[in-house]
Amino acid sequence: MWEQIRANRMRSAVLVAFMGGLLLAVGYFLGLAFLDDAYAGLIIAALVWLVMNLVAYFQGDSILLSVSGARKISQDDLPRLYNIVEEMKIASGLAKMPDIYIIDDPAPNAFAVGRSPEKASVAVTTGLLQRLNRDELQGVIGHEVAHIVNRDVLLMSLAGVLLGTIVLLAWYASRMMLYGGMSGGRKSSRSGGGGGGQAQIIILVVGLVLMILAPIAAQLLYFAISRKREYLADASSALYTRYPEGLASALEKISATPQQLRTANKATAPMFTVNPFRREGRAAADLSSTHPPISDRVRILRSMAGVSAADYERAYAKIKGRGGVVPASALKSTPESAAIRPPSGEPGEDTAARVQRTREASDAVWRTGSYKTIDCDCGTKLKVPPSLKGARVQCPHCGRIHTV
Amino acid sequence: MIILYIILGILAILVIFFIGAYNGLVGLRNQTKNAWAQIDVQLKRRYDLIPNLVETVKGYQIHERETLEAVTRARNVAQQASSASVAERSKVEAELSSALARLLVVVEAYPDLKANQNFLALQEELTSTENKISFARQYYNDSVLKYNNQTQMFPSNIVAGMTGFKSGDFFEVTVTEERAAPKVKFN
Repeated sequence: MWEQIRANRMRSAVLVAFMGGLLLAVGYFLGLAFLDDAYAGLIIAALVWLVMNLVAYFQGDSILLSVSGARKISQDDLPRLYNIVEEMKIASGLAKMPDIYIIDDPAPNAFAVGRSPEKASVAVTTGLLQRLNRDELQGVIGHEVAHIVNRDVLLMSLAGVLLGTIVLLAWYASRMMLYGGMSGGRKSSRSGGGGGGQAQIIILVVGLVLMILAPIAAQLLYFAISRKREYLADASSALYTRYPEGLASALEKISATPQQLRTANKATAPMFTVNPFRREGRAAADLSSTHPPISDRVRILRSMAGVSAADYERAYAKIKGRGGVVPASALKSTPESAAIRPPSGEPGEDTAARVQRTREASDAVWRTGSYKTIDCDCGTKLKVPPSLKGARVQCPHCGRIHTV
Repeated sequence: MIILYIILGILAILVIFFIGAYNGLVGLRNQTKNAWAQIDVQLKRRYDLIPNLVETVKGYQIHERETLEAVTRARNVAQQASSASVAERSKVEAELSSALARLLVVVEAYPDLKANQNFLALQEELTSTENKISFARQYYNDSVLKYNNQTQMFPSNIVAGMTGFKSGDFFEVTVTEERAAPKVKFN
């Protein structure tokens, strides 16, 4: 795994460096155009970037989780989910068990957050828990754990903060240019010589073009980083679970559901397993998408002959017509021989299994809302809200009295 | 003078290589040890679950005494072998796995038992523990493969030979059923 992380870092570092260069260019021209001092612009850009980074580094995961309405669960709340996460933790050799959160949302999806493998969380929606059988859920969790192991979360937040800073600065700069008048320009043409005015115009034009192009370029770079990570996480998930079909069939189920995630927004989109904003019938992935098209991901997973990274690379080359998604050093480091395992045989599609999973998921949501549940002997499950004052409740079906 | 510098330079490179290779080997050996500890945790968890399972199943007057006894016996044998070598352990643990698998198949014929919440919870724990054992084994074997490659391939094998790093054992699956599992192909 080590080699893979290193190779990932190299490639992504180049892309992130490009974004950093863009930010500096924006700051430089901002300074020239408004403050008459390129360095002041650079310093402002760096300061904004630093503050945003600090917030993202220390508070990013809790902000994301609370924005998504995620609630933390324990092993007793959802043994099946907890066990599957632990299985993937063991398969990936992760040192610490990630925290598990659930989001009460019928749209099936999942994401991982956390700046390091020691401080990571996995969040899944109740819709996902309802629809997927064990093998499929394992595939999705394997994908999320792979994001944690490959340090994707940190990288994506780094790239995301850079993108955010560029967009923010460019937005303010273009508004100031259009409406605020060019105070810097006037001032310098008064103090400077005759040639200064012409240079000022050139700077302004270049600056204006940059303000328009920089956010777009940064966005494209960001998407390029993000899409590669998705393919790599798919490859790792297949390796951990030894069962690419699980993730493939999960992706298919997720893409077949009509609901859009209520709590997602543009900033959180790249975190999810599947792009939460995809529209029905849209081929959905060229340059301007955080996620590769689901149909491609499914086809690649299904045409894998084994489970190693090399198998994924070959399948990718077959579907896409060009290779190069898995770094060469990672190809060497994973064992070549591993074979696909047979399915676990847990029922996936029958109604009873689905009802059972739905019940488990909604019970867990109830409990995280600090509701108490009481199993009555007649088979009813009573849900007692935390606001209840009395010490006893009566079962509405059979009339038995329970003490809380 | 120049020759001295060249010799010193070569020596420095050799020392740096030696340190790098040695630390790499230590890291990989620790990784295999850590991976082995993970297997151990899950195997112990399985020993703890089995008496519970046997008690629950017995409560339903199941006429499968032989299957139940086979599970208990295999568990006790496995627990006693818990400090044996990797090869020895993989054999007895595989036997326990197949005894358990037989029991879970037999249980399918008892709908009352299958509706019992306690049994369902136990079954989930057991299924997951089996999975965790095989994932831990998978990770352990991958780690051993990497470690063995380092100890046997040139040039790090020189360092391994000098400092006494020995190749590790794989945790093999020796059960016939598991070996003969149908291979799934997707096209």
